[in-house]
Amino acid sequence: MYAQMVKSEATQEDPEKLAAFQARIDAGEKIEPKDWMPVGYRKTLIRQIGQHAHSEIVGQLPEGNWITRAPTLERKAILLAKVQDEAGHGLYLYCAAETLGVTRDELTEMLLDGRMKYSSIFNYPTLTWADMGAVGWLVDGAAIMNQVPLQRTSYGPYSRAMIRICKEESFHQRQGFDIMMKMASGTEAQMRMAQNALDRFWYPALMMFGPSDKDSVHSEQSMRWKIKMNTNDELRQKFVDQTVPQAEYLGLTVPDDKLVWNEEKNGYDFSEPDWNEFFDVIQGNGPCNTDRLAARNKAWDDGAWVREGLMAHATKKSAMKVAAE
Amino acid sequence: MAQTADLFEFLCRMGDNTLVLGHRVSEWCGHAPVLEEDIALANTALDLIGQTQMWLGLAAEVEGQGRSADDLAMLRDAWNFHNVLLVEQPNRDFGVTILRQFLFDAWHVEMLQRLITSSDQRIAEVAAKSVKEATYHLERSSTTVIALGDGTGESHNRMQDALNLLWPYVGELFADDAVDTAMSEEGIAPKSSDLRDAVMARITDVLAEATLQVPDGDFTHKGGKTGFQHTEHLGHMLVAMQNLQRSYPGATW
Amino acid sequence: MTQQRNEWPLWEIFIRGQHGMSHRHVGSLHAADSETAILNARDVYTRRNEGVSIWVVQAQQITASSPSDKGPLYEPSEAKVYRHPSFFDIPKEVGAM
Repeated sequence: MYAQMVKSEATQEDPEKLAAFQARIDAGEKIEPKDWMPVGYRKTLIRQIGQHAHSEIVGQLPEGNWITRAPTLERKAILLAKVQDEAGHGLYLYCAAETLGVTRDELTEMLLDGRMKYSSIFNYPTLTWADMGAVGWLVDGAAIMNQVPLQRTSYGPYSRAMIRICKEESFHQRQGFDIMMKMASGTEAQMRMAQNALDRFWYPALMMFGPSDKDSVHSEQSMRWKIKMNTNDELRQKFVDQTVPQAEYLGLTVPDDKLVWNEEKNGYDFSEPDWNEFFDVIQGNGPCNTDRLAARNKAWDDGAWVREGLMAHATKKSAMKVAAE
Repeated sequence: MAQTADLFEFLCRMGDNTLVLGHRVSEWCGHAPVLEEDIALANTALDLIGQTQMWLGLAAEVEGQGRSADDLAMLRDAWNFHNVLLVEQPNRDFGVTILRQFLFDAWHVEMLQRLITSSDQRIAEVAAKSVKEATYHLERSSTTVIALGDGTGESHNRMQDALNLLWPYVGELFADDAVDTAMSEEGIAPKSSDLRDAVMARITDVLAEATLQVPDGDFTHKGGKTGFQHTEHLGHMLVAMQNLQRSYPGATW
Repeated sequence: MTQQRNEWPLWEIFIRGQHGMSHRHVGSLHAADSETAILNARDVYTRRNEGVSIWVVQAQQITASSPSDKGPLYEPSEAKVYRHPSFFDIPKEVGAM
């Protein structure tokens, strides 16, 4: 997901406090910034929310790649509004993380020097206009699977950020599917672009949910703390079951020979993505890792004088105000 | 009634200004100095794209040849774009971007305020809708220009460099030609030169507060508004903007 | 964690809509000063609706109550659930396609 492979921190604290804390969570109460919380809960959340925020910000880049080439004025406006939303979602999430005692600049630096990760999906290139459709349909579709349940997460500020994000994001997947419908029913070249986009994004989208539960060591504690609401495999299955009929509707072929409906489990059987590729991407060897981080670093470095200039002016102004009083 | 050709030309100028500047500003999305600014720049670009749809939509309607706003944006050649040279200047750094925005906004607000009383009701309506957005753009760009001009040594120098670079492109905003005369005679729009005093007063006030020095001399680059001679930058912009429509004629998106 | 940077301060944003409701906390953002905090709030949180009123308060100026150390941290969920709006069902259309 947008936060993949988030390592859950073990906690060694007063068992009585821990039990009371767990009881609050089990009872559906929200944990708020000033409440007592286990060190591990705090650390895991910072890592998870931070990674989620980084994914939104880096996630601006693959779609931003097509803003200047959008085919109509309306498509340009819709795409720009969507990528702008991602900036907003990153902003909300950084603010939620900041309530845990880390600053946005600290988180940003950890992204820029590689100490913190972002979702593997954004290291794949967007090569045609159909990729704008595929990203909205598949990537946002996968993200929504995870984000809707996260509205009920135990940490109050995170939950509130997710509620706002889900509300704003409702149009993202639709606009992607709308692009796909136009492309899939368009000219031969457009249909080829649409199929090609599905071919390239299908497995990376499946990887977004993270490795299989049997290989995922971090899930259990996070699920008890309600900062992870479903298992990776549950969400992946749900995503496949929802998406395959949509692909059929579009007249596109999901690139999986083994894809077949399984009556018994009331869901599809499907091929696993290539997990070696996933770990390669996570390690920095995806097609776009270098470009994505370079773009974020450049924006940050080039923007330093602006951030400092505005701060300096504000400081001067408030000094003058104090002097006048 | 003004000649259809003159009215069409006037509307294209309005729409091309917002189209080209909106495109430039949209290039920042995902690359701005800070998240809040990224979001604000996108809002500005979205407003300008929306205004483009109105101006070019009206231009297409006036022309009556069955073209749409998209046809005008995506299928005209560079010499048929009649935006001022100022708005096609590349983003370079944030200083150039925000100063370009400020200079345009100062002119834009004044122009739109005059157009609210246009004798052409359709134009008056577009202006009334756009002026609220443009007024906010001007508030924001003025505030930022002042802060960065006054901020640190580096931010001051960068803003002064930006002003030196862009200043020769301001004069074109006030250059009259036969289309301006025709519009003004019909009470459709003011002459460009009529706006000069009010706009320059706005600009010099803000620049003074920003501790920036207005460059000497009144040399003015021209050729965008008439389409006679654009800068080299516009062609590159159009290659990106028009790529899909030109590569796949007749496709719907 | 250390804060050696000259980071823009954090502001809490409160907005009153057109319908006479009280100002409501909508979120936070960073800005160099209160004036730009208001401009940023317009861009981030209101998309510039007419007629709204924005309050900005620097986050560090807010004094918040601390949860009580006394008493049980936990009460049976049955007794409290209605107090938690976020606990109620979230409409299906939220986030769904």
